[in-house]
Amino acid sequence: MIQLEGVWRTYRVGDSVVHALRHVSLAIRRGEHVAVIGPSGSGKSTLLHVLGCLDRPTAGRYTFAGREVGTLSDEERSALRQKSIGFVFQFFHLLPRLTAVGNVELPMLFAGVPAQERRQRALAALAAVGLAPRAGHRPDQLSGGECQRVAIARAAVMSPELLLADEPTGNLDRAAAAEVMELLEAMHARGLTLVVVTHDPAIAKRARRVIQMCDGEILEDSGALADEGGRRGAERPEGAPSAPSQSGVGE
Amino acid sequence: MRARDLLLFVLGALEGHRLRTALSVAGVAIGIAAVVCLTALGEGARRYVTQEFALLGSNLLIVMPGRVETSGAAPWGGVTHDLTLADYVAVSRLRGVRKTAPLCVATETVKAGERSRPVPVLGTTAEFLEVRRLVVAAGEYLPPGDPTQGGTEMVLGPKVARELFPGASPLGQVVRAGAWRFRVTGVLAPRGRSLGFDLDDVVFIPVQTAMRMFNRRSLFRILVEAQEYGAMAVTRREVLALLAQRHRAEDVTVITQDALMTAFSSILRALTLALVGIASVSLAVAGVGIMNVMLVSVSERRSEIGLLKALGARNRQVLGAFLAEAVVLAAAGGVAGILLGFAAVRLFVNIYPTFPAVPPLWAVVLALTMSVGVGALFGVWPAQRATRLDPVAALSRR
Repeated sequence: MIQLEGVWRTYRVGDSVVHALRHVSLAIRRGEHVAVIGPSGSGKSTLLHVLGCLDRPTAGRYTFAGREVGTLSDEERSALRQKSIGFVFQFFHLLPRLTAVGNVELPMLFAGVPAQERRQRALAALAAVGLAPRAGHRPDQLSGGECQRVAIARAAVMSPELLLADEPTGNLDRAAAAEVMELLEAMHARGLTLVVVTHDPAIAKRARRVIQMCDGEILEDSGALADEGGRRGAERPEGAPSAPSQSGVGE
Repeated sequence: MRARDLLLFVLGALEGHRLRTALSVAGVAIGIAAVVCLTALGEGARRYVTQEFALLGSNLLIVMPGRVETSGAAPWGGVTHDLTLADYVAVSRLRGVRKTAPLCVATETVKAGERSRPVPVLGTTAEFLEVRRLVVAAGEYLPPGDPTQGGTEMVLGPKVARELFPGASPLGQVVRAGAWRFRVTGVLAPRGRSLGFDLDDVVFIPVQTAMRMFNRRSLFRILVEAQEYGAMAVTRREVLALLAQRHRAEDVTVITQDALMTAFSSILRALTLALVGIASVSLAVAGVGIMNVMLVSVSERRSEIGLLKALGARNRQVLGAFLAEAVVLAAAGGVAGILLGFAAVRLFVNIYPTFPAVPPLWAVVLALTMSVGVGALFGVWPAQRATRLDPVAALSRR
């Protein structure tokens, strides 16, 4: 479903140039559960933003579900995010003035879903994360774990194909983190593609595939080396070289 | 996104920072209230003058000696003939004339017993009562009859009557004016000021007596009420032709009530517009205030904007939301300002009941349009900044 080929993401900070991603090639199939780990500044968040079409590669190709994202207009990328991609953030990013159900309704609001349907779907999504009784609470009346569950309901309410979670447990205690991870994994079990950025090894271990990043490059990709490597190569029509970047340890 | 949803979303956002919302609404409200109040005052002045003229009678012609519209080198009044009582009688016989009254004015001290008071003395005839729409409160007005016959009747304005005969009926009493003695036949009902002239503080005597008393040969004015409003121009030409023939020169001026009224009205309308211009300055200031508030709002809500974009909100939706926020702020200010303005005008009218200060409808419509326009104009830039925000940068901050 996702294919990165030789992707660079470069920022200019003052006079110096920062390479947040250096020649990253990567393929993620539908239904995978991938953890991206690495120290801070290793480019894992940038990778997530590129995957989520919030950021565009400076160089290289990014193909999402057969469409090359680099060629899409702003408008088309917004539409793609709206329909196909859900985000979960470390700081939840709930709007404090809205209730839990109001926050879950937000993506549908901008998609033009009628009010009644919006409310029904939001309540169903909240019930799915076990927060039906908290639907009328504002974020400041909810615990961190509950806030993140609201955020997950919000990410899931448009039934996306891809769920991107950036340090989803970074601000939670162990118990809440476990709950959140169980929810994310349950959604994955129902067929959603899940990419989790974390620096918690315990969280990373729960994923079937772990990608380790450092200095904007992929150090190690457990999935790529093992069972999926061959299939991924077959998926790629042009047969772009992916091996060098993934084995380029310590370059 | 549906319009109703957008509005609710925007209202929610505004409710999120109430104090800031209230202050920027207040800024616009003050500007709009200023527009409403100042137009009400300007329009009130116009109405006041118009009313005064209407009380004079709208089909009134005023004849005065001398040509006002002198042009060229000849100094005016070169060959001015007197406007005599004979002229008055001739004018009153014209076909297009319904009523006509001569006027001869001078100030004289009137005495009743020990009390004396300098007042304007108006020499005229019985028709004056109708031409000027006056009402007699007690007794009778000047007797009808031959205007060239003098008389010793006197009619008092209500204020003069009060001053000279406090607590007593002046009817039948003797009043002295200069060397002349008069008998009071009537007292007028209060009328108030009219075109700067207090008709309550005057006395009326027969015109011929006044001319003798003041040693005048010319009348001050002849007031002519035309038969019908539509024929004013015809009547005016008739009067001019008649007097030109009698004087063998065009040496009188006839002004119509209408021309005066139109002139005053347009002057005052211009004044009102000038006031609107002044008030608009405060609106512009309020607009800058809205811009400031929206810029603060955009930078304060960076993460919200980033989130909305991450959730798939289109750039134009973000633009629309922030623009709508500015417009809602301004429109709320507009409505509040109109209410505030009306309240202020009402207060003013309570204090000065004779001044017909009413905000005109066009000013209310203008004020609302202006406030919405101000919101849109000053909201565009902050809203554009919101859409240009990079979602990644906006989301990375907490």
